[in-house]
Amino acid sequence: MEHYISLILKAVFVENMALAFFLGMCTFLAISKKIEAAIGLGIAVVVVLTVTVPVNNLIYNGLLREGALAWAGLPEVDLSFLGLLTYIGVIAAIVQIMEMVLDKYIPALYAALGVFLPLITVNCAIMGASLFMVERDYTFGESLVYGFGAGLGWALAIVALAGIREKLKYSDVPEGLRGLGITFITVGLMSLGFMSFSGISL
Amino acid sequence: MAEVTAKQVLFEPIFNNNPIALQILGICSALAVTSSLNVTLVMCASVIAVTAFSSMFVSVVRSQIPNSIRIIVQMTIIASLVIVVDQILKAFAYEISKQLSVFVGLIITNCIVMGRAEGFAMQNGPVLSFLDGVGNGLGYSIMLIVIAFFRELLGSGSLFGITLMPVVNDGGWYQPNGLMLLPPSAFFIIGLSIWGLRAWKGDQVEEADYKMSRHKTREAF
Repeated sequence: MEHYISLILKAVFVENMALAFFLGMCTFLAISKKIEAAIGLGIAVVVVLTVTVPVNNLIYNGLLREGALAWAGLPEVDLSFLGLLTYIGVIAAIVQIMEMVLDKYIPALYAALGVFLPLITVNCAIMGASLFMVERDYTFGESLVYGFGAGLGWALAIVALAGIREKLKYSDVPEGLRGLGITFITVGLMSLGFMSFSGISL
Repeated sequence: MAEVTAKQVLFEPIFNNNPIALQILGICSALAVTSSLNVTLVMCASVIAVTAFSSMFVSVVRSQIPNSIRIIVQMTIIASLVIVVDQILKAFAYEISKQLSVFVGLIITNCIVMGRAEGFAMQNGPVLSFLDGVGNGLGYSIMLIVIAFFRELLGSGSLFGITLMPVVNDGGWYQPNGLMLLPPSAFFIIGLSIWGLRAWKGDQVEEADYKMSRHKTREAF
């Protein structure tokens, strides 16, 4: 249990997807003008990551990794080069399925997430989490916890940035720095702040 | 818009419509791989190759793709190209491919590639699309090389791994700025270079925000 809590803490704070690895930056910068939108997107990312990372973990361990096909009588086959194609396919498919399921059974949440769901397919944070999972050789349980933690960290970061930007729009920023420029510098400062978490572990 | 010429398509994205500074595309990898120039150059070459060829292939099959599944078709094309790049890097530049770790794979979700496939290649012929891909790849590369130049020079006193300013630890005179090797410095450098670019090209300045400017289409993705 302690191991999992430590993994969550690490994924949320120390290895924050947005502020330590810069993943999902494009959406991070584009959809952080308003807090409500940021919260919606954040929730969507948490949900998608919690589902896709464990699923990709199963696929990797059950089909792609070297020797994984031993049950089919093919112990030498190593399909790990197909990884990239598979993960992105899985992500796109799960996002699509989730869209349909939410539309049918939880229309309120579907309406809230709205345009953000399709955008998530091209969010590097999702793909990045799957790739990190493979690189670090997580077990199924770990990958579930890691997916959730990584999503939570990303959501936290985008909501915080949206809060800052809502206040920032009233400030007098030099002309060329307005908009994107000052946002970059804000994110830099936030990322500096998050670095103070490094080295923490339970 | 008037008929686009090949030259425009190739050079427009470098300064006038830079993917990173203006279109907010492909920022993810811009930040993580820029702490040394060698790694950055390999990354840039990979991105240029993938963007150019994916735009070309998407453009070749554009009239055959049913509209409802076009995203997944584009994804498949891009992912296949990235696998090729990944395998080539692993075979010929193993050290660098280790340093790039997951970021080669992340070219798939690099918004520049998707953005150009969706925004340009779906409407234009293969040759133009290829050039557009090269142009946007170059725009991305220039930004990355600038960032990497400052980060490596100020952070470790070297360029391409060759020491230019001997650091204090090795008995030299330069006290390296450790911040430059850390991730946040990339944000500051991008922010400042956007400032520089906009001071030079005044028309890229964004409107003041407090009267909530209209949503601009190029901000998507």
